[in-house]
Amino acid sequence: MSKCRNLIATTALATLLAAPGFAQELGLGRPALPEEIDAWDVAVLPDGTGLPVGSGDVYDGEEAWINNCAACHGDFAEGAGAWPVIAGGQGTLTNPRPVKTVGSYWPYLSTVFDYVHRSMPFGAAQILTYDETYAIVAYILYSNQIVEDDFVLSNENFTEVVMPNADGFIVDDRVETEFPLFVTEPCMSNCSDPVEISKRASDIAVTPPFPRLLLDGTVVEPGEMVEEASMDAGTATDAAPVEEAAAEPAAEEVQVASLDPALVEAGESAFRQCRSCHQVGDGARNGTGPMLNGVVGRASGAVEGFRYSPAFTEKAESGHVWTPESLDAFLENPSDYIPRNRMAFRGVRDADERAALIAYLTSHSN
Amino acid sequence: MTDQSNDAPRKAGGASRRDFLRTAGLAAGGAALAATGARANTPDPLITEIQPYASFTGEAVDATPYGMPIHFEEHVVRRNVEWLTADPISSINFTPIHALDGTITPQGCAFERHHSGAIEMSKQEYRLMINGLVDRPLVFTFADLMRMPRESRVAFCECAANSGMEWGGAQLNGAQFTHGMIHNMEYIGVPLRVLLEEAGVQPEGKWVYVEGHDASSNGRSIPLEKAMDDCLVAFYANGEALRMEHGYPVRLIVPGWEGNMWVKWLRRIAVYHAAVESREETSKYTDLLANGTARKWTWEMDAKSVITAPSPQVPASHGPGPMVITGLAWSGRGKITRVDVSMDGGVNWVEARIAGEPQSMALTRFYVDHVWDGKPMLLQSRAVDETGYVQPTKDQLRAVRGLQSVYHNNGIQTWHVNENGEAENVEVS
Repeated sequence: MSKCRNLIATTALATLLAAPGFAQELGLGRPALPEEIDAWDVAVLPDGTGLPVGSGDVYDGEEAWINNCAACHGDFAEGAGAWPVIAGGQGTLTNPRPVKTVGSYWPYLSTVFDYVHRSMPFGAAQILTYDETYAIVAYILYSNQIVEDDFVLSNENFTEVVMPNADGFIVDDRVETEFPLFVTEPCMSNCSDPVEISKRASDIAVTPPFPRLLLDGTVVEPGEMVEEASMDAGTATDAAPVEEAAAEPAAEEVQVASLDPALVEAGESAFRQCRSCHQVGDGARNGTGPMLNGVVGRASGAVEGFRYSPAFTEKAESGHVWTPESLDAFLENPSDYIPRNRMAFRGVRDADERAALIAYLTSHSN
Repeated sequence: MTDQSNDAPRKAGGASRRDFLRTAGLAAGGAALAATGARANTPDPLITEIQPYASFTGEAVDATPYGMPIHFEEHVVRRNVEWLTADPISSINFTPIHALDGTITPQGCAFERHHSGAIEMSKQEYRLMINGLVDRPLVFTFADLMRMPRESRVAFCECAANSGMEWGGAQLNGAQFTHGMIHNMEYIGVPLRVLLEEAGVQPEGKWVYVEGHDASSNGRSIPLEKAMDDCLVAFYANGEALRMEHGYPVRLIVPGWEGNMWVKWLRRIAVYHAAVESREETSKYTDLLANGTARKWTWEMDAKSVITAPSPQVPASHGPGPMVITGLAWSGRGKITRVDVSMDGGVNWVEARIAGEPQSMALTRFYVDHVWDGKPMLLQSRAVDETGYVQPTKDQLRAVRGLQSVYHNNGIQTWHVNENGEAENVEVS
């Protein structure tokens, strides 16, 4: 922090000296104020530059972790779904499937602090205080067996922590190691014996379906043979399916007629803050949070295949149902409404915005 | 064809599309005849009959104040491979390079890579700070940037993970998926050097850290020499404002270097004595070697090329005879000086024709005008850049790096084209 203060002092001095035109080519822009620099300059470097004053222990870290991180990274930092694994993996870097975690791969603790503080939790970044960040980083160290359970991390001892893979990196050496191999006179003829196919993408078959495009503009849909497409293109077919498809939206319009379309649209826009965890609409699946089709009018904790937090399960067992009213109360302050739930979201203060969100969810609930 | 109603061509999709396909089918028949040198037996109704578009009027001006491609081209779009990432908000999609030609990528189909989603920020809200080891920490507005000297340059932006799924062997079937984490645009912006000079870099300042306004911030450290050399703080691409998904209103251009450093929604430029060693330059965008150590600071994108057509998404279904083999080549270390193409999996090569004048650290288009005998081909391309670096085979790369690098796979791509012209991603040995 002393370095940080010095920086601010220097800044103030520079500001005083920066009279119009002073060594500036253009004189555009204005001096950055110390409060502005404080707000944005949150970078922390391996040598401790930028580290704020604060501290946190493993115990508090575990609680903050469960509330803010576990939904994606697992209770023990083991990872969930396809989200990053944070702990474990030590000794796997030479394996066919290396597990790159904070403990097994990350060379600097400063990176963990910097990233957690500025970019986590995903979908609600910058809600963690400095002390909470120290505590979560302490818990990550503990879950990687780098420190004991009584460890307290602070700005005082931060740079003393040595990461297991600190010496695991070399600076790019391609020019030294690869250029001698690849800067050559390329062979043009009879460069090798005839070659054979050794691997095929079709053996793995993980490519999403795609149309193929022919030179004449014909589009061959996935699963269709090129010849079939040409045949189809040359044959008149009935137009009935088109008419059927056209009839469907009308029925939907009737169902949601009681909702204000403008409100639903506003809700769809507001839902952006939710969609990093929740899906809704056609094909919605459980993600970090449960899928929300049909949520309005549904008993809480009722989506099949979703692992709810104990707090949520308890609420569900009490017979709680999601109505527009209960959703409104929940969304206003999720952690007040269901204490210790795992939804890392601070809530929606604006009542109109909540109404829009609920209208949007209702439009997917009939 | 004569029963078409006069407004049919104006409708997108549905019946008019079906009619189009019928027309296209007839036209294809004619083309096939032409290709084999045969004569048409029956007159082509597209010529002998008066077509609706030749009689009735078309759309008025202003029907689409900002035009989209005609609906026949609706399949030329970015595509995603869902299983690659945990969530589409922190994810990537792919440029349809198989369906494009030339070198400039239209913004609307240029690949997207977000670490916490594409954010919406107006020019009025935009602020850019320069601080750290500078004489004058400054804040700029968008209007300030627009009053500074501007430069233009064409540059490719390639994600370091482009082709990363192919380290273990041929996996994704299509040039869009194997090589589509790339785009190439003409940028207009203020040289980063101008901004740094405005703030006055102090002698102990050696690194420039750049970060974005979005929640991920995606900060990266750039050595001062590069920052003072050719980086641009850009606000226009291909003649118009950047798209939201590419960092509107302001992103950083770092020519030749991995796309992750091209910070979008650029918020802060900070001068430090050392690299910040942020998440994106330690835990990610570092290249794990076979021995368990990892390379860091692997910024330059090595010389690379790919045949964009024919390829799995654009088969050579036209049959034997004249055909165009085309593709893209690029190098993060300078100009492309030569591209060779092989049709037998790398045994024999011919030099491709390069279109136009290659530009440093920009995509270069190449063509081979080939008369196909209809036999299967193993198509490969091989780029050479002005350092004399010759694009290696995938096996040559694996011999040096192992299979775990994820990033910087610039090995030679092979497409197997069968007798029917259908193409598949394969490897040969």
